[in-house]
Amino acid sequence: MTTSSTTPARAPRATTSRAAARRRPGTTRISRTFYWMVLPAVLLFFVLHTIPVLNGVFFSMTNYAGYGEWDFTWFTNYVNLFKDDQVLNAYAFTFGFALVSTVLVNVIALAIAIGLNSRIKFRTGLRGIFFIPNILSILVIGYVFNYLFSNSLPEIASRLGIDALSTSILANPDLAWVGIVILAVWQAAAFNIIIYLAGLQTIPGELYEAASLDGASTWRKFTSITFPLIGPFFTINMVLSLKNFLQVFDHIMALTAGGPGTSTQSVSLLIYRGGFQGGEYAYQTANAVIFLVVIVLISVFQLRVLQRREASF
Amino acid sequence: MTSPTLSPASSTAPASSTVPATPSRRRRRGRDEEGRQVNWWLTALLAVCALTVLVPLYFTVVTALKTPDQLGGSGFELPTSVHLQNFADAWNLTNFPRALMNTALITVGAVLLTLATNAMVAYAIARNMHRKLFKGIYFYLVSAIFVPFPIIMLPVVKQTSLLGLDNQGGLILLYTVFGLSTNTLFFTAFIRSIPVELEEAALLDGASTWTVFTKIVFPLLSPMLATVGILTCVWAWNDFLLPLVVLSDPAAQTLPLANYVFQGQFNTNYTAAFASYLMAMAPLLLVYLFAQRWVISGVMRGSIK
Repeated sequence: MTTSSTTPARAPRATTSRAAARRRPGTTRISRTFYWMVLPAVLLFFVLHTIPVLNGVFFSMTNYAGYGEWDFTWFTNYVNLFKDDQVLNAYAFTFGFALVSTVLVNVIALAIAIGLNSRIKFRTGLRGIFFIPNILSILVIGYVFNYLFSNSLPEIASRLGIDALSTSILANPDLAWVGIVILAVWQAAAFNIIIYLAGLQTIPGELYEAASLDGASTWRKFTSITFPLIGPFFTINMVLSLKNFLQVFDHIMALTAGGPGTSTQSVSLLIYRGGFQGGEYAYQTANAVIFLVVIVLISVFQLRVLQRREASF
Repeated sequence: MTSPTLSPASSTAPASSTVPATPSRRRRRGRDEEGRQVNWWLTALLAVCALTVLVPLYFTVVTALKTPDQLGGSGFELPTSVHLQNFADAWNLTNFPRALMNTALITVGAVLLTLATNAMVAYAIARNMHRKLFKGIYFYLVSAIFVPFPIIMLPVVKQTSLLGLDNQGGLILLYTVFGLSTNTLFFTAFIRSIPVELEEAALLDGASTWTVFTKIVFPLLSPMLATVGILTCVWAWNDFLLPLVVLSDPAAQTLPLANYVFQGQFNTNYTAAFASYLMAMAPLLLVYLFAQRWVISGVMRGSIK
């Protein structure tokens, strides 16, 4: 492998590159440097990332509590997970939250990015402001939102005579998730705006000029030019937003800590709590393995569907 | 994974629009940065949207300056007198200097180690993608992007304490290693867009692969190094979950962690708490204030490449 410079992947290339490869002196020595460049990193990655994953899969088939003795229980944990209301509720909450947030954040970010990319004044300044939430700690700004939701908002609402909002929404099991969505969208929109803006700037202005000459409406320009041409950016934002929102943790720690009751307990929070504080190490690793499978399946599915949509234009 | 990398349009982007307008450019009244008629309604609308970003920050600042008995009402009122005692209280209660040092140490360490190592790994991969082994390593590293942190959370804690990595140094290593997935994706795409001829010429002149990388390729990577540096910095500075589970010694607490502990202990001391939030957010905000254009263009570059 070290010496073969004409592997099948290279063969179809033009003869010049093969000639260049033949000219190159001491291919074996060069390759060795390349191996040393990746070897330590791959080893560390294996030790600190892959072994924990395998370790998790292994212990998910035991009754290990995080300390002491353990026995193999094989798939008992997995079977029990599907009968556990707390687990099912956590998945229901996490999916509902992630779907709503992903849709909202992408709609809002795309709208703001289009606004920033059109004929406006103070573009650089506004762009700079919209990116600020991305550089703040979710936990810390979450505490600020916590105070706003539980003290300021009820005060303003009761002054305006809106009874429904005169108590803290975070203390209401039916509304607490709304507060988490607001924080999540507020924080994540920043990054998505910049990605969409980068996408919008790849569209040549001549396309819009030509469309204007043909008498296309603003909406028609959006559906026929803008949206198809930022397809790859839309795909990446949808996939990454959903994946990140499914792992929601900091937002909840700052706003509700999973409450009231367990109404806003996400899967990550459940794994953290059960695994570290509840003596459910093995049980929650099984939960995490399921979570891994779910996230990989969803991401692959999303990529397939969205890329087919991209290709169809 | 079809990231925007494959977008054919990205290579044809007009250079003028990706570069922020230079201050020296002549601006006329009623015209935008490219000399077109300004849409003032849209500008106003966006300015109102921008307020939603600024309002929580304004709220943080005014609350941090109030005395406890000035709280109450909607909280948006300006303080009647400036009360700096909050900052002194927060400074002591959260042991701010220690938390700041820890966060700074971890962030700087993670950024430097990431830049020094991740680009090198990606270079070896990018220039050997035709070899099965390197292609395999590429997919091995990149596929980890989709592995959610909760699955490694419980085992990695046991492992880090076993290996003596439950401290600041361990976190630096973890950020560098965990970042490898995304950064390999970024760097490999960027390196493959650099023509290989320059490196071949240097090799013919007798330079070693190592010299070629450090003297020729690494400097060429500077735009992508900036992008990765920014993203790693923001991540390491603000991360909460990894320090929460990995760090065992309270003396190693980072800023988010210190605020979390503080929140649990003094949850009625709101004014000191807000002073503490402001102090935790301020360092990165100040850096951003001065490096704003550079940061944003860095992030945009990452999304196109």
